[in-house]
Amino acid sequence: MIEISGLSKTFGLGANAFTALDDINVEIRQNEFFTLLGPSGCGKTTLLRSIAGFVDPTSGSLTIEGQDVLPLPPYARPVNTVFQNYALFPHMTVAQNIGFGLEMQDRPKAEIKQVVGEMLELVQMAPMADRMTSQISGGQQQRVALARALAPRPKVLLLDEPLSALDFKLRKEMQIELKRLQSETGITFVFVTHDQEEALTMSDRIAVMSSGRILQIGGPKDIYDHPAERFVADFIGDTNFLEATLQSVAGEVATVTLPSGKTVAARAVQGGGQSGAVTLAVRPEHAVLTKESGLLDGVLENIVYFGTDTHYHITLDGGSAFVVRKQNQPNTGEGFEVGDKVGVSFEAGVGQVLRD
Amino acid sequence: MAKSRAFDVRRQTGFVPIALLCFLVLYLPIILLVVYSFNKGESIAIWEGFSWQWYVKAWQNEKVQDATILSLIIATSASLIATSAAVMAALATTRTRGFRGYTFVFALINQPLMIPEIVTAVALLIFFAMIKVATGYTGLMYLIIAHSAFCIPFAYMPIRARLQGMDLNLEQAGADLYGTPWRVFRRVTLPQLWPGVLAGSMLAFVISLDDVVITEFVKSAGQDTLPTYMLGQMRRVITPEVNAISTALLAISVALVIAFYLLSKGGTQTNRE
Repeated sequence: MIEISGLSKTFGLGANAFTALDDINVEIRQNEFFTLLGPSGCGKTTLLRSIAGFVDPTSGSLTIEGQDVLPLPPYARPVNTVFQNYALFPHMTVAQNIGFGLEMQDRPKAEIKQVVGEMLELVQMAPMADRMTSQISGGQQQRVALARALAPRPKVLLLDEPLSALDFKLRKEMQIELKRLQSETGITFVFVTHDQEEALTMSDRIAVMSSGRILQIGGPKDIYDHPAERFVADFIGDTNFLEATLQSVAGEVATVTLPSGKTVAARAVQGGGQSGAVTLAVRPEHAVLTKESGLLDGVLENIVYFGTDTHYHITLDGGSAFVVRKQNQPNTGEGFEVGDKVGVSFEAGVGQVLRD
Repeated sequence: MAKSRAFDVRRQTGFVPIALLCFLVLYLPIILLVVYSFNKGESIAIWEGFSWQWYVKAWQNEKVQDATILSLIIATSASLIATSAAVMAALATTRTRGFRGYTFVFALINQPLMIPEIVTAVALLIFFAMIKVATGYTGLMYLIIAHSAFCIPFAYMPIRARLQGMDLNLEQAGADLYGTPWRVFRRVTLPQLWPGVLAGSMLAFVISLDDVVITEFVKSAGQDTLPTYMLGQMRRVITPEVNAISTALLAISVALVIAFYLLSKGGTQTNRE
């Protein structure tokens, strides 16, 4: 569908040069909800704008359905964008906004009218068709921006943090709405966000970006359970990092020795070494706390109650910190108290060896 | 708000009297001018009772009529030409990537604001004289070209301000939705820009209507605009007819300034119904 290879973008020259995109290689599939996730300044918006045609990459190639689109101006590319601030035309009504793309394509009037009607239905804005865009709420503007971008039936819809301006509840609604629209229209969505939760709940696949590079591409579960790099593990969710020693690697299974001297099976990382010092990532909810000695031993330093779950902060023997998260059950006094000597364990294959 | 009061300029000694004095100096002569335009007698300084006669006289004066028509022709043409040029200049200085010599171009556009008008006038006189000798043409175009030129910066300012305040994303959205650059300009940029264009053209119109120095230097024989006609009259006998014409000009200017204000105010709300 979209094939990007070796794509780089450098802004400025000489000492002021800034590399926004550094050798990006990614293939986005037909009818996929693909998310570019990363902190601000990681290059995700530059990548999106390169696809839209607003940024001229310094090198590399970008094809959509086999067609090289880099020489094409934005108006000749089969993609539409939902802008972060919506960018609705303030001098036009809701219906005129939605019909703008079709009008620019010189479609017949009857067809424009019909498609605009369908789009208004699709985003549930039909009663507002003749309002000016300043007379509707933020959430409604969001829907109009979506409808306007979907109306010309682009091959790809680009979404630039479209939910960031909405309040929490509306954002949750729109997340579900976006998923529905994507499956109903069958259009490939490329979605940019810095919100890891948004990325995990909506995406078919996620590309995690940092400093202009894609660090890891995978499904939400894959990315969350098996982060390949420290940055990914740290950026998405909470993680415990353990300094361990890699003994051997057999396929996906790595055998590591923990600081406590105990040995456990963990998941190997692609392209990692075969032995030596490594970092092991363990999610707080993947570990269990015991009163007996475990894989690791330590002292319970703090207990933080979060309603749905409780975080146990442990100082391991040797001084490093470790957090165990446990979902709260009704009427169970856990019986742990600050100052207790506790053990921490996790099952074989739960820990993830990171690429350093 | 005790804190902000410490910096309140109205609390400075003498602020109110000085402000009042300034307004008095600015507006008292104008008020007197308007009042004496209704004078019954021939004097512009001795009040002899109310009458419309000077307005009637001015209205019936063929020379005033000719000068008025000429002024309107020149001001309208100059305003149209200057506004078109200003729109293009504003687009070039806000919608392009920063280019070498940007500051220089900016200074060039605003040149007529900074160079003494008398210099421009003399330069134009000499330049046009050369063309007159070469071509023998003595028509209105000299005045229209001269007025267009010095009106450009006045038309440029409000248009540029409007363009700078405009959301760049709108034009990108237009391009993203298959609009070619020209169609995006027609359907997205220009409707957004419209208040600025109107304001700029009105400003240019008033500036042209009011000009004396350059007109006086550039005009050929018999080409009197309203201001140069009035100047000519002042050299002979001053009657309240001049007051009447001035008052009429003042009324037009005030009307345009109010319209300008309303338009630029309406411009901050991006939406019209």
